[in-house]
Amino acid sequence: MRPAAATPEELAAALRETFGDRPISPGRIKLEIPRLAENGNIVPVAIAVDSPMTAEDYVQSIHLFAERNPLPRILEVELGPHNGRARVGTRIRLAVSQQVRAVAVMSDGTLWSTAADVEVTVGGCDP
Amino acid sequence: MSQFGKVWVRLSENPKRGDLVEVRAMVMHPMESGFRLDNVGHPFPRHIVTAFACAYGGSEVFRVKLYPAISTNPYFVFYVVATESADLLFTWTDDRGEVATHNVHLNVA
Repeated sequence: MRPAAATPEELAAALRETFGDRPISPGRIKLEIPRLAENGNIVPVAIAVDSPMTAEDYVQSIHLFAERNPLPRILEVELGPHNGRARVGTRIRLAVSQQVRAVAVMSDGTLWSTAADVEVTVGGCDP
Repeated sequence: MSQFGKVWVRLSENPKRGDLVEVRAMVMHPMESGFRLDNVGHPFPRHIVTAFACAYGGSEVFRVKLYPAISTNPYFVFYVVATESADLLFTWTDDRGEVATHNVHLNVA
């Protein structure tokens, strides 16, 4: 059976499971994703974090979530100062029009987040 | 049988020490999400790449955990600082234990 889409509550649960009760602030992270995705099977996305990427101050990980996909998690990336630039790009599936959320974990332990709304013309579950 | 197909990797050309190298890597893989149904309503079993990693000169510089929401033929672009002439080793692992690897030498001026 096809599971129902994840709900914003499931996204909240996934965020809690991953980050516990640590506060997540808005800012320092940017989502490059089209406002309108004609094909939900291949939606180009890049996540860029404002960080000097030095040994003292760098991005540890980037997490991407979809609030209304069958599973809220999309990917988790581990980074470090050797990357020089905190930007990652890939291609994702979005089942329906929804909000995509990115969270960055910094080396100082702070968490930063942003979200983007994407309109999906043809959903990405039946390629 | 492994469902991994061709690997495609591109790096910025002729980096000097300290330059940022853009790395683009893709592997052919169905990334069957497990949510797609056949014509009688049964789901196709899930078969996805679960991990992608890149090591530069033997130490890991990039790692991704993938979920079914990553598109067919997973593609990533990321960056690494050119520090030495060394091999970049790319490794993809899927949920059936199959592994694809690819080696590219990075020449640093």
